[in-house]
Amino acid sequence: MRYIGKKIGMMLFTLLVVSLCVFLAFHLIPGDPALRQLGTNGTPEQLAALRHEMGLDRPVMVQYCSWLLGIFHGDLGSSYVYKIPVTGMLGEKIPITITLALMSFVIMILISLPLGIYTAKHKDGKIDHLIMVLNQVVMAVPPFFAGILLTLVFGMILKLFTPGGFVSYHTSIPGFLGYLFFPAIAIALPKSAMAVKLLRSSVIEEAGKDYTRTAYSRGNTTNAVLYRHVLQNAMIPVVTFMGMTLADMVAGSIVIEQVFGIPGISRILLTSINNRDYPVVEAIILGIATLVIVINLFVDVLYRILDPRIAKEDEA
Amino acid sequence: MSDIILTVTDLNITFHDHNAPEVAVEDFDLTLEQGEIVGIVGESGSGKSLSALAIAGLLNRHTLTKTGRIIFDGQDLLTCNRNVLRGYQGDEISMIFQEPMTSLNPVKRIGWQVEESLRIHQPEVTKEERKARCLHMLEAVGLHETEKVYRMFPHELSGGMRQRVMIAAAMIGEPKILIADEPTTALDVTVQKQIVDLLIEINEQKHTSIIFISHDLSLVKQLCHRVLVMRKGEVVESGDVDSVFYHPQHTYTRKLISAIPQISLED
Repeated sequence: MRYIGKKIGMMLFTLLVVSLCVFLAFHLIPGDPALRQLGTNGTPEQLAALRHEMGLDRPVMVQYCSWLLGIFHGDLGSSYVYKIPVTGMLGEKIPITITLALMSFVIMILISLPLGIYTAKHKDGKIDHLIMVLNQVVMAVPPFFAGILLTLVFGMILKLFTPGGFVSYHTSIPGFLGYLFFPAIAIALPKSAMAVKLLRSSVIEEAGKDYTRTAYSRGNTTNAVLYRHVLQNAMIPVVTFMGMTLADMVAGSIVIEQVFGIPGISRILLTSINNRDYPVVEAIILGIATLVIVINLFVDVLYRILDPRIAKEDEA
Repeated sequence: MSDIILTVTDLNITFHDHNAPEVAVEDFDLTLEQGEIVGIVGESGSGKSLSALAIAGLLNRHTLTKTGRIIFDGQDLLTCNRNVLRGYQGDEISMIFQEPMTSLNPVKRIGWQVEESLRIHQPEVTKEERKARCLHMLEAVGLHETEKVYRMFPHELSGGMRQRVMIAAAMIGEPKILIADEPTTALDVTVQKQIVDLLIEINEQKHTSIIFISHDLSLVKQLCHRVLVMRKGEVVESGDVDSVFYHPQHTYTRKLISAIPQISLED
């Protein structure tokens, strides 16, 4: 419990640093949001007035502090371009992106656990060789290309879904999830291939260890040795990998949303960067950072459950 | 000494990892009586551990062949059904290993590991009774604060304590045969003595037959009734501990005995 408290403290500190970096980065890079809005026809007086109105003429640290205070009140500021609160703008989109990332994650687990275990168990068999070759190919295919292929095969040829025919979760939850299925596969495939390879080698490595022989000497069947002894040890590196992957998948979602025409946060993110719409960009990046940090906390806790030796080290 | 409980005849173990087959154990014979402690000595690579693993049914690599007979309970362990073999493993024939540091599963609690044989072979035993027997066993192998040890993980124990845990786990099903493959090699000298004393105690109280594998002749002399000397896969000499130690017939045995540090011969 004290450990989790300490971790949450660290987490808040990290978020503070991230927020500062994000804020400074966008205020230090060239490009003036006021100028961008005004276009080339504005007079210097108009520009100064607009900058004053947007609060851009204040010192950077003052701007940062007022932004930070706003966040604590649940106010992420207003979009420079659309003049509406950022929370309202993103509130509709975030569930879509998060669902897509989580679906990819679940699909990755569903693909990689059984295949990793199967290939390790039947190492050097025909099916193992076949899966490992396929694995190598899938690993090399970037999600956007897998997305294009899936759209072509399952959308245009087999007509299992309508490309671009996104169904909102307001309209129909099954329809919404159904539409996200193929994009999620596109994101999950390369990661699953990596996870299969990692789990396979991890299981094979653990199966060669002395405690496995001890387990056999007590009369365990091969399956009992695998599921009661080897798997928990073998999962330790895989959990680390999957934790990192979930963060990657959020980033992957942003690309794949473009390919499949999903109205998640990606379009807003891209146009906002283009328009120097800082409050929107900052909110999205801060959101992604928060998600990554929370996932890391979760992975750390899971890690300690899987490997009691880590808990011991932390206490020391 | 009376009943013979294990007979090994003409055991041959051959590896096929390389182009030419390599014979690791040749014509190994062993009889083990109820309550007897037999030592197998020899240098590294002499085939003593392989023979022990074969008896315990733990040599199952595809690149190796075993011929001969290992008769236990009327069954040939080399040819019987895997399920029959598993029924003996951990129940009638138990094994402890050289490396107590790595022979326990690092992520499982001590209690869970010690109780495992009971869970497999005597599923009718209730959870409470299993725990009671486990605690009793931990105490019997000389561990203190057994309730605490029960909930610990292997990394929280010293090497000597882990080997005691291994012995507790091997003995909980009251096996007829305990195979100890260099159980003291990785331990301090003082701890070695304690483990040997513990094995003697188990042998005297439970009449468990023990196959004790070691390259340390002074330990074999303290512990065993009978001894087999192995060299390059063959048994070169066997007999009572006293006759082998005081009237060695084979030159290799003489060499081994003369290599024992003098100080340990005096006690």
